[in-house]
Amino acid sequence: MPEALQVRRVAWVGFRTLLYKEVLRFWKVAFQTVAAPVLNAVLFLLIFSHVLDRHVTVYGDISYTTFLVPGLVMMSLLQNAFANSSSSLIQSKITGNIIFVLLPPISYREFYAAYVAASVLRGLFVGAGVWLVAMPFIDLPMAYPLWVLSFAVMGGAILGSLGVIAGIHAEKFDQLSAFQNFLIMPLTMLSGVFYSIHSLPKLWQDVSHVNPFFFMIDGFRYGFFGQSDVSPWLSLGVVAVCLVSLASLTLWMLARGYKLRN
Amino acid sequence: MSIPAIRIDSVTKRYGQFQALAGVSLEVQQGEFFGLLGPNGAGKTTLISALAGLTRPTSGTLQVMGHDVVEDYRQARMHFGVVPQELVFDPFFSVRELLRIQSGYFGIRNNDDWIDEILGYLDLLPKANANMRTLSGGMKRRVLVAQALVHRPPVIVLDEPTAGVDVELRQGLWQFIRKLNKDGHTIVLTTHYLEEAETLCGRIAMLKAGRIVALDSTQALLKAFASHSLRTRLRQPAAGVALGGNDEGDGWVGFGFDAYADVEQLLARLREAEAGVEEIQLGEPDLERVFVEVMHRA
Repeated sequence: MPEALQVRRVAWVGFRTLLYKEVLRFWKVAFQTVAAPVLNAVLFLLIFSHVLDRHVTVYGDISYTTFLVPGLVMMSLLQNAFANSSSSLIQSKITGNIIFVLLPPISYREFYAAYVAASVLRGLFVGAGVWLVAMPFIDLPMAYPLWVLSFAVMGGAILGSLGVIAGIHAEKFDQLSAFQNFLIMPLTMLSGVFYSIHSLPKLWQDVSHVNPFFFMIDGFRYGFFGQSDVSPWLSLGVVAVCLVSLASLTLWMLARGYKLRN
Repeated sequence: MSIPAIRIDSVTKRYGQFQALAGVSLEVQQGEFFGLLGPNGAGKTTLISALAGLTRPTSGTLQVMGHDVVEDYRQARMHFGVVPQELVFDPFFSVRELLRIQSGYFGIRNNDDWIDEILGYLDLLPKANANMRTLSGGMKRRVLVAQALVHRPPVIVLDEPTAGVDVELRQGLWQFIRKLNKDGHTIVLTTHYLEEAETLCGRIAMLKAGRIVALDSTQALLKAFASHSLRTRLRQPAAGVALGGNDEGDGWVGFGFDAYADVEQLLARLREAEAGVEEIQLGEPDLERVFVEVMHRA
């Protein structure tokens, strides 16, 4: 086999194996990594819908519970995509078994692609779980499935990239926890998961517009209802720019070997 | 002449103010069993990490089987296997899963025949489907060796593989490593057990403070740096000391000599001095004494 072809084959099998390993890693503890976040989201759904369903309607005649489900699906997807790459990397770094991924002929691009793809897959599993559990209780339309899928994949990839950055940068679990609790959690909670930003005062509407998580969730919700707080094209643009920027930053860190190959 | 298994050219590595490697140049030929010795902090692990691509050198170049470890890292890593010093493992997987995954990282699918062969050699077949967490320290160490071999690398580096390992396992491990060397694999070993290095390695490099302070065949090092020793128990130890011996207490006086022919002469001089030789012991030169002397001189 010519050398260039052999290199490509090694690279492809290496990427696939790392992706498989990362998926197997969360799948082996699916109770903790998939079932628990689904239950978490369902509890949010039960409590908020019980309290607010009769008092609030959104986009004209959409019930609050129906409005809430896509937001919860996306919120769970994003948080779990982040958790996957970040926890895998910090665990591997602290236990030292990251060496098994650094010694083989895997390039930084394959490394990035595998960790992010596994994060997207875990996010999709959790998001689909929330959606499936909610299905029997609500009548949720899906106006534009392709928009739903695009925002789900791009949102998962953004949070997967953030997870790679946090996992590489953090040296202790509490540093990672700070990243999660002081950045990811507030940005997702304040992104319009539980409300339409039209219900907010002008100042907080403007603040929401600098939160990229708002555009991920608003665009994702557009795929279900065909309605959104801002134009889906604007959301798509913001999300795409965020993805390209974060992917570039992560690849740059990996190419330099930041905290991995000193 | 064939390509060297390892070529290291003027490699330096600096961590802030600390100079871990200060211009190391070294070649290891294919098929050699090579020892890399030095006290803690001498730069052995840094050098191995640079070869493996885990650390980037500040300057200089490193090649494995003719492939630059930075420019041509894929080929270099395909030819290189490392058994790390720390007992690291992934707790999510069984031994077999781990070895299949490790094979995949090197682009190898359907590697079960070779995996079974390695597991057989390392006496791990009964534990093939056991989770890594359930294995003893010695078994985890053997799995590390197996992981380094899944892609059949021609160059294998063992970074203190027998640290904290019991005698039986150590002997089994060396038997296997010797076989690999006999089959043509180049072996580079770092160890603090100098008798192991003396028995196994054909050539040795000694590092101190990031520099090579000795590099030669094991035999040449033994010859050049360590004289034989003769210990004598004398009725008159002072007479022996007057002839250049070291008073070791309890009537024992030690002498150094280069060739066995010198022993007869030494004993004759002791008789002449009426030292009263009651007992003698001959000591062979060993690598531990070479090591101490080299480190002392450097």
